[in-house]
Amino acid sequence: MIGRDLLGIEDLDRMDLERILETAERMQEVGTREVKKVPTLRGRTIVNLFFEPSTRTRTSFEIAGKRLSADVVNFSPTSSSLTKDESILDTARTLDAMAPDAVVVRHKVAGVPKRIADVLAAPVINAGDGAHEHPTQALLDLLTVYQEKGRIDGLSVAIVGDVLHSRVARSNIYGFLKLGAEVRIAAPPTLIPPAIESLGVKAFTSLREAIDGADVVMALRIQRERLDGAYVPSIREYSATFGLDRTKLRFAKDDAIVMHPGPVNRGVELSHDLADHRPSVILDQVRNGVALRMAVLYLFAGRPLTAPREA
Amino acid sequence: MVLDDVAIRRALVRIAHEVLERNEGQSRLYLVAIPNGGVPLARQLAENLRGISGLELPVGILDTTLYRDDLTLRGERPPLRRTEMPSAVDDRIVILVDDVANTGRTIRAAMDALMDFGRPRAVQVVALVDRGHRELPIRIDYVGKNIPTHARELVILRGRDGSLEPPLEVVVVPKGGDA
Amino acid sequence: MGRTLIRRGRVLDPSSNRDETADLLIEDGRIAAVESSLEVPGAQVIDAQGLWVAPGFVDLHTHLREPGQEYKEDIASGGRAAVAGGFTTVACMANTHPANDDPAVTDYILDRARQDAPARVLPIAAATKGLEGSVMTEMSAILRAGAVAFSDDGKTIMDSGVMRRVLEYSCMVDAPVIVHAEDCTLVGQGVVNEGPVSTRLGLPGNPAVAEAVHVARDLLLAQLTCAHLHIAHVSTAAAVELIRRAREQGVHVTAEVTPHHLTLTDETTLGYDTNAKVAPPLRSAADVRACRKGLIEGVIDAIATDHAPHAVHEKDVEFTAAPSGLIGLETALAVVLDLVRSGELQPLELMRRMSANPARILRRAGGSLGVGAAADVVVFDPHQEWLYDPAKGFSKSRNSPWAGQTLTGQVKATLVDGRLVYDFARGVLAP
Repeated sequence: MIGRDLLGIEDLDRMDLERILETAERMQEVGTREVKKVPTLRGRTIVNLFFEPSTRTRTSFEIAGKRLSADVVNFSPTSSSLTKDESILDTARTLDAMAPDAVVVRHKVAGVPKRIADVLAAPVINAGDGAHEHPTQALLDLLTVYQEKGRIDGLSVAIVGDVLHSRVARSNIYGFLKLGAEVRIAAPPTLIPPAIESLGVKAFTSLREAIDGADVVMALRIQRERLDGAYVPSIREYSATFGLDRTKLRFAKDDAIVMHPGPVNRGVELSHDLADHRPSVILDQVRNGVALRMAVLYLFAGRPLTAPREA
Repeated sequence: MVLDDVAIRRALVRIAHEVLERNEGQSRLYLVAIPNGGVPLARQLAENLRGISGLELPVGILDTTLYRDDLTLRGERPPLRRTEMPSAVDDRIVILVDDVANTGRTIRAAMDALMDFGRPRAVQVVALVDRGHRELPIRIDYVGKNIPTHARELVILRGRDGSLEPPLEVVVVPKGGDA
Repeated sequence: MGRTLIRRGRVLDPSSNRDETADLLIEDGRIAAVESSLEVPGAQVIDAQGLWVAPGFVDLHTHLREPGQEYKEDIASGGRAAVAGGFTTVACMANTHPANDDPAVTDYILDRARQDAPARVLPIAAATKGLEGSVMTEMSAILRAGAVAFSDDGKTIMDSGVMRRVLEYSCMVDAPVIVHAEDCTLVGQGVVNEGPVSTRLGLPGNPAVAEAVHVARDLLLAQLTCAHLHIAHVSTAAAVELIRRAREQGVHVTAEVTPHHLTLTDETTLGYDTNAKVAPPLRSAADVRACRKGLIEGVIDAIATDHAPHAVHEKDVEFTAAPSGLIGLETALAVVLDLVRSGELQPLELMRRMSANPARILRRAGGSLGVGAAADVVVFDPHQEWLYDPAKGFSKSRNSPWAGQTLTGQVKATLVDGRLVYDFARGVLAP
């Protein structure tokens, strides 16, 4: 059965994934009601421990928690003792003493949610750690594809962009593979992670080959620092070779959908046109994010607390 | 086995008459099934009501899992079931339909859920089987059959091959035994 | 001084290739006799039945953190950890605060060692001032003060021109130049071995080629300059191969490997345990196999711990922020006995790589139980299982990937200059 924490898709099996997605579909219906609130987590405290700023993901978790009637507390580094050089783990231990029912953690260094989970009694939900995993993003991506296409088995999924630094890419790779899709990645050679094919995907340095016949094309965000010559010579070169527009999309299937975790660098990863119109389903992804996070909080938060693994 | 398919059908015909009698002259009835067992029962009840009076009633499905009062006591979360409410509940006489009434907690959860959907004019409850053992002040308005049981027993509505397809039957099994 | 008789142990002496049960007599700080049976009335007796008796281990590479970072370790505590681990001599690296780039600091270290360390301490001085990689240190003066080798370990000399001149100059003073071979520009932000593990962890990778590039460079420069180049903590198959070929061509190069690079792969970091974060990083299974093979074949001459203490609060942070390094003096023997247990190395050969070879590289006496040799001896039980709890160890620090594990192989007694400095039952006894 599902473990105590949600640290990554790598730790989940197919049954776990299906269970979370099914639960998310039920939560979608709650979002269509007049009163978009159920009392399920009433009296529970959920702490958003975001060491790395993120309005979208944090707001999504906040809304999800509130729709389940939980008390949601946002704890971000600038408003804490971290500026006084309190270590991450000491912060987590202090938090644990206040007995939260779940802690949602985001950090720019991989492995922090796992280390925090080792010292907390409360379940930890990873909201993104370095280039490691972003499980709730991948889950909402899977949900979106599932609802658009009716299935994931047998689909061809192409993930395009800075895969090397992308936790969204990794989580999606694990998720889509476990649910039976074929996954390809496309990136300039400097942005392909070492030994990525050992995860079960095929790597391409040609966008066209990667999206040939694809049902789903997922564009990843590329950060400005990578475009300034260190990994890729320029924005111009990147968007010419890997940016998606309607013309290049022709190589995918006619009914292919386009996805992006957001926020979109318009004109870089996606053309303005694709960013705003079908076949891109970006806003559906965001909408599904709340239902998905409600499902995750329902499944992981508010269970009886266990003792922490470490002292 | 305490109720076979024939007995269940007969009970639902009788209940249909009782519903119509009690709500004489009312046209805003709304059957809301509590899944999973309440669903085939509500559908049959709706058919019966149409057959007797020509009334077309909406039939909704309302999962109560998110309103349960025992969720945090359990380790594993129970799976959520589909909720489909084709009609608004405002000003309707909502008739909740459940298969087995026991402690009354499921009905309590269903009423809380219903209140979040709107303001019904009235709420009445149909239960195919009433076991007694009430822990809350919940009254069942229409009962198929009263069946006294031990707390250690389970009362289950089931259909063909583990589904809820007819022929339906109600059985009593010891807890932990084979259903 | 009195007489000590170590009885009925399996005596392993690399200097004479002796491997047999024998009695060993120590008198006035030296080995007086090694015979199949000795009767010495009035001698203090150490019963070594079922135990192995070998020359005290010589560690070419430790960080004792004094002066400047005594909260992590100091010469006294490091010395105690050393003898508890069977090491009678340790060479300590120069990346202290201030760095050991001056005769005064070398002097200070030797003075502290004389007063407080139960083991012999040999200072390794910096090759460049401040370890900044640009100006050579006063090698002649520092050697006279008592240093034994030069190294910027902790850092790499990136400027090849500077490296060349360091190697050239070192020929004059005939001391080894020990290199931490890693191209920083290839390492970048890397914190774990680049490969499937770094991809799964989502952490920046440190590619094997970063080591190979500098090993290649330094070997070519050594060839050019006839210096004695010693390569610290070899971790990659590529480096082993480069060293093998250079040796065949007659380059004066020696090399060491750590216990952790002989037994742990990069998969040890999969749970983000910062106690497995080390530089160079733990590498792939293929690299580990190549290092083992290199040590067995003699391409790598010696085992050195690279004992690198860091305080608990320094390691108890997110992976990228933690300092690299792990402690190793007290666990080295148990870990490297793995090579004997697997049948890859004979006990005598393991002992050669733990004492005789490191001593030779440092141009010091050691690694011998021959009559007349200084009585630096270790007595250990190769089969003894014990639970390793770093909190109960002699090092001030606890950063070990073996914490909480059951290890096999335990030191029972350590003698330096014939004096019993460590006894398993009583702990450290000197100075």
